[in-house]
Amino acid sequence: MSSNAAASSSGGAGSADSAAPRRNSKRPKYSRFTQQELPACKPILTPKWVVSAFILVSVIFIPIGVASLLASRDVVEIVDRYETECIPEPLRGDKVGFIQSAANKTCERKITVPKRMKSPIYVYYQLDNFYQNHRRYVKSRSDAQLKSLKEENETKSCDPEGTSGGKPIVPCGLIAWSLFNDTYSFSRNNQQLAVNKKDISWKSDRDGKFGKKVFPKNFQKGGLIGGGTLNESIPLNEQEDLIVWMRTAALPTFRKLYGRIEVDLQPNDIIHITLKNRYNTYSFGGKKKLVLSTTSWLGGKNDFLGIAYLTVGGLCLFLALSFTIIYLVKPRKLGDPSYLSWNRNPAGH
Amino acid sequence: MVGGDIRKKLHLSKILSFSCRRPVVKEDVSQIGGPGFSRVVFCNYSESDEGGSRDYCDNYVTTTKYTLANFLPKSFFEQFRRVANLYFLLAGCLAFTPLAPYAAVSAILPLVVVIGATMLKEGVEDWRRRKQDIKVNGQKVKVHHGNGNFEHTEWKNLRVGDIVKVEKDEFFPADLLLLSSSYEDAICYVETMNLDGETNLKLKQAMDVTLDIMEDSHFRDFRCLVKCEDPNASLYTFVGSMEFKEQHYSLSPQQLLLRDSKLRNTDYIYGAVIFTGHDTKVVQNAMNPPSKRSKIERKMDKIVYLLFSMLLLLAVTGSVAFGIWTKEDLENGRSKRWYLRPDNSKIFYDPKRAPIAAIMHLLTALILYNYLIPISLYVSIEIVKVLQSIFINQDLHMYHEKTNKPARARTSNLNEELGQVDTILSDKTGTLTCNSMEFVRCSIAGTAYGLCVTDVQRARSKKNGSPLIHDVVDGDNNLKASVKGFNFRDKRIENGNWVNEPHPDAIQKFLRLLAICHTALPEVDTETGNIFYEAESPDEAAFVIAAKELGFEFYNRTQTSISLHELDPISGTKVNRSYKLLNVLEFNSTRKRMSVIVKDEEGRLLLFCKGADSVMLERLAPNASAFEEQTKEHMDVYADEGLRTLVAAYRELDEEEYNEFNEEFNEAKNSVSADRDAIIDEVANKIERDLILLGATAVEDKLQDGVPECIDRLAQAGIKIWVLTGDKMETAINIGFACSLLRQGMKQIIISLDTPHIKTLEKEGDKSVITKASKGSIIHQLNEGKARLSASNGSSDTFALIIDGKSLAYALDDNVKDLFLELAVGCASVICCRSSPKQKALVTRLVKSGTGKTTLAIGDGANDVGMLQEADIGVGISGVEGMQAVMSSDIAIAQFRFLERLLLVHGHWCYRRISTMICYFFYKNVTFGITVFLFEANTSFSGQPAYNDWYMSLYNVLFTSLPAMALGVFDQDVSPRFCIKFPQLYQEGVQNVLFSWKRILSWMFNGVCNAIVIFFFCTSVLETQAFRKGGQIVELQVLGTTMYSCVVWVVNCQMALSVSYFTLIQHIIVWGSILLWYIFLFAYGSMPPRISTTAYKVFLEACMLAPSYWLVILLVVFSALLPFFLYSAISMQFFPMYHQMIQWKRLKSNSDDPENRPIEPTSITASEIRR
Repeated sequence: MSSNAAASSSGGAGSADSAAPRRNSKRPKYSRFTQQELPACKPILTPKWVVSAFILVSVIFIPIGVASLLASRDVVEIVDRYETECIPEPLRGDKVGFIQSAANKTCERKITVPKRMKSPIYVYYQLDNFYQNHRRYVKSRSDAQLKSLKEENETKSCDPEGTSGGKPIVPCGLIAWSLFNDTYSFSRNNQQLAVNKKDISWKSDRDGKFGKKVFPKNFQKGGLIGGGTLNESIPLNEQEDLIVWMRTAALPTFRKLYGRIEVDLQPNDIIHITLKNRYNTYSFGGKKKLVLSTTSWLGGKNDFLGIAYLTVGGLCLFLALSFTIIYLVKPRKLGDPSYLSWNRNPAGH
Repeated sequence: MVGGDIRKKLHLSKILSFSCRRPVVKEDVSQIGGPGFSRVVFCNYSESDEGGSRDYCDNYVTTTKYTLANFLPKSFFEQFRRVANLYFLLAGCLAFTPLAPYAAVSAILPLVVVIGATMLKEGVEDWRRRKQDIKVNGQKVKVHHGNGNFEHTEWKNLRVGDIVKVEKDEFFPADLLLLSSSYEDAICYVETMNLDGETNLKLKQAMDVTLDIMEDSHFRDFRCLVKCEDPNASLYTFVGSMEFKEQHYSLSPQQLLLRDSKLRNTDYIYGAVIFTGHDTKVVQNAMNPPSKRSKIERKMDKIVYLLFSMLLLLAVTGSVAFGIWTKEDLENGRSKRWYLRPDNSKIFYDPKRAPIAAIMHLLTALILYNYLIPISLYVSIEIVKVLQSIFINQDLHMYHEKTNKPARARTSNLNEELGQVDTILSDKTGTLTCNSMEFVRCSIAGTAYGLCVTDVQRARSKKNGSPLIHDVVDGDNNLKASVKGFNFRDKRIENGNWVNEPHPDAIQKFLRLLAICHTALPEVDTETGNIFYEAESPDEAAFVIAAKELGFEFYNRTQTSISLHELDPISGTKVNRSYKLLNVLEFNSTRKRMSVIVKDEEGRLLLFCKGADSVMLERLAPNASAFEEQTKEHMDVYADEGLRTLVAAYRELDEEEYNEFNEEFNEAKNSVSADRDAIIDEVANKIERDLILLGATAVEDKLQDGVPECIDRLAQAGIKIWVLTGDKMETAINIGFACSLLRQGMKQIIISLDTPHIKTLEKEGDKSVITKASKGSIIHQLNEGKARLSASNGSSDTFALIIDGKSLAYALDDNVKDLFLELAVGCASVICCRSSPKQKALVTRLVKSGTGKTTLAIGDGANDVGMLQEADIGVGISGVEGMQAVMSSDIAIAQFRFLERLLLVHGHWCYRRISTMICYFFYKNVTFGITVFLFEANTSFSGQPAYNDWYMSLYNVLFTSLPAMALGVFDQDVSPRFCIKFPQLYQEGVQNVLFSWKRILSWMFNGVCNAIVIFFFCTSVLETQAFRKGGQIVELQVLGTTMYSCVVWVVNCQMALSVSYFTLIQHIIVWGSILLWYIFLFAYGSMPPRISTTAYKVFLEACMLAPSYWLVILLVVFSALLPFFLYSAISMQFFPMYHQMIQWKRLKSNSDDPENRPIEPTSITASEIRR
């Protein structure tokens, strides 16, 4: 009896089970991919791995922390807060009134160099509580106009500092309009210290974003004067103070580069600063600081990075130790089913 | 085929009693022409004929969701029904207003990508459906083209009124009016499996007036007019009238051939097309299968809502703060933050209208914070699930060589649900068993024959540890084992040896009965001479085959006779005998028996009857049953062995009695009344009495391969298994033992209405009394069961509940079902016997809604469809019983045992992958969104984002989604071998530990922490001082880029920590995503400033060479991930989850023994899990 006959004799109506030879097998093709058998590493957090990972992290982090901290400590930084001191005592009751008046705003300051400062010494001004990152402020500029003379009428985004008397303001917008205009000059032993204001902005800004042939126009000519003015004979890409200012800060407390002093300062040098305190931070209660700082390979003075690295590294070392101790003191029997939640709670649902 | 010639002459309609020639109930016809009965069909009228065709729809049936024209609007509508997508659309639209915190294009792009991808997927799926449609509608059928010429025409070109010729084994292309067939009396056989799943053949018959139009040429001048009902969905009704040769005839469903049913055992038919295309009954009936969504997805919606509220909370906080801040900008006409020009401001920042500004800001914030909601989540999940389904389909371990069927996930929606199944509701026949009946035992004249070992015996002896009772298979028998449907070994009766047995005449009659008493049709293969049988059920086939194997070969059936090759006991040679077939009293479920009346060559009138013991024993002649007791005993033994038994008996009739019966019977058959069936039953009942017992048969429904092991494993996984079967209680219990659903030592709670009290009530026949008494009895039994259950609480006893169909009907009553469910869930196994398809569905619904747990229904037949659709997951066995179950299932597998791999491996993996992936998605978006928020808080909530527009819009699309998807597709916590070795692992899904609120919220909390670490570390390190040797200061774009880099690094490294199966693909994708970010940064930053805006040369000029940039990233990545790492290490060490324990074990075994020594199974036993 051939199986052929048998198959269909029992088939009844189920002739789907045809005994005809199968030409096209539907057997899936074997490959490690489709069978999900690709070679793989299956990381498991064994005590050995955990402890080694912690040790590795601390071994890397602690030296970095030390190096960062040393770098930060290397930096000499002089900060001079002047917004109150630079207002004549009797007028301190109405600071805003003073700053908006036409009074003489020159102010003399004196600082002492605590440690030797190697050139270049960067001069920054630091503002506080100044929301350069406010959306209205950030958006209030016209990149097209800054770059190209032809597009000086592109002032749509600059409102309300887009036009003045119907004519486009170049550079337009709130950022430019509120340009910082305090100035500083330094002298040591009655000798003027030159402040180099070249190359204080990003090269990409000068080359890419600010036009060579675009000159300030109608700037600060409107009813309300904001901040500083610009020399209309210098193209925008050479107005580095403006370029620095236009690159808006991330946080309400920020520094901006003012220039570089390219001589070394010796300890106990006394620096005389003559500053013009013109910029209004009094309306919103902002501080103004003048900062002189050297840099290290890491940048300016900030211990946070080093401390953070040391902390994390130390923590990891501690954890590595604790894990080792726990593992030595109380080695756990692996695969103990009593840990299963559904065994612990037999009522289940 | 050969059979056709014989059948042409058959007038089976005269023999079969019940199914054909049903008289038309006249009153319906009066409705024709009225409302709802307006259809007029001009059959065989050519275009030129007057009247012609009316505008009925064409025969093209579409199953596609979209057409070319409506694809866009409709799919858009579908997409934006999702709340999240709608939100993103609104946000995108708002982005075109000045409210937008960033450029509109970058806000709308991710949405376009996401919607585009989803629509593409929809489109591709629909295109496939369309191709299928074209294939179906492009099938050819012979259509009359005038002058008696029939030409092959595509289905879609059929018109109402066409005459078609359908040939054997073809599907009907539309709803047809049967005109004539190859049989003289114009009957035809129809298989309606695609409609109702029934595999038996149905008989249809044309009107007498058209039956002689049997040739192509007859249709040259054939014309008729049909008026009938309008299209409707009722498969079993049809009202119409035919005007033919100026006479009116009324039509009935008997003449209607439905589309998608198949012509069987009939060479050809002619029919007139009545309903086409979407008017056909089957299409009208087509119901979209209920679309199922997994529990995880439903929970995900809740998480999205949670995130929405979080978003709203953040936005409102920001807006209030912004409003206050803005209001303070102008004090008594003096501007505070003068540089913002508060005195001259648009509405958005106007201090004078601060509340409105705040409301405006709310809108801005809603756009800004949309990164909290993972826009790409839905589409990612869909893509991942499709890929997972491909893995399921491709799994070689779920490919069945014999039937050439791989597993097929028909929907990819439910993959992860497979990992959470709490209860399996299984059909028995065809699912646990093969549904190929084998004749294994018989008891003739009080002697039991048949020695083969059944599955139940095998299982039992395995349990007891005793060797097999008797394995009598010798070489000779082994050869014969290849006969399917026959597994009978007994030398006493084989090869004609029965003549030497004590009661040879009884044996002869018994075998003759098997060969005669059936409705099977023989088909002789002309080449080999082999005979196949086409029978209504596998049982019947098994009998005919058994008779054949034992020497009574049924080889021919004519309209009035049945012919056998018989072994003559005296001469010992084969002789041909034919029996005159007088009547067939068919089987139906109320009669539970069938009989034939034949006249043998000696002129004796014999009634052969076989049926269920419950109806047969009471019909035996009271005195003539000398071996009734032995037979009953044998049948009990058989039932105990898990076999299906039937009683065989006969009776000799005298001429007079028969004539009287025949007259009555014919009268009954031709009667025109609603209770015609009852009258026929009554008449048949009269003749089927005083039977003489011959013996009993026992057929075995073989268990499928590996079923007991599979069930064992699933039980160990803590999955409850319910078997819902139509079988008798004894059979069901025994099969339960055979497939290790019931175990020795399990306490059985049996709920049944088989009590004497109820039985006496039933005899009295007062329905309301019976109902009341039955219900009372059921409630009592249920309570008793519960009492037993609670009494054993704490001990290790396990219980099995067995309930029969009649009791089930009461147990499913509204006020009883909770009690029933309570009892049932307390039992390890539940068996429902004698349950109808509807009860199966009801039980499924009860379990699903009552316990709230995931249910999986598995079945193979049309009677399981309701259950499959009702359950959370329907698994169809693509076995022999038609495709109905498969078509309505979510996943089709070839064998029950594949369920083990489907659930324990694929289900577990998919559940784990999807839940981890979703958690991760929320995590990464929370991380990102919170950094945006924290920064915005530092801009006095003015809505300024820290990041460049394009960084933000590409976050979800490019830099973080792919690793998550790779996790969703490839991750494996434990290898398949261990998944199966430790089935308890499956409980992770059932208890939903990986997607509990605790876990989801922990992930989100992790995201919030990471965001805080990222923001504060970045701002603190890059505070105000120079960040490079050159003295440059960190501005907005540098800080933004640094923070963004940190986010990309952190979330991708977090992914790397979460992956437990790190293949090369994952390495490429995870590290590639980070690399991609830098490539993007480089490329985008190199574009002219007009395009790159704030990203112009940021990386190249500012960040790349700054040590502090890299040191910040290093610091942030390690500090952000430290808590998670610590948590993982501690939980792995001290509170491992089950999969972690298995990972431990794998590691241990690998390191202990290089040869991968098998690990001892864990100490948890099934009973512990099962309480």
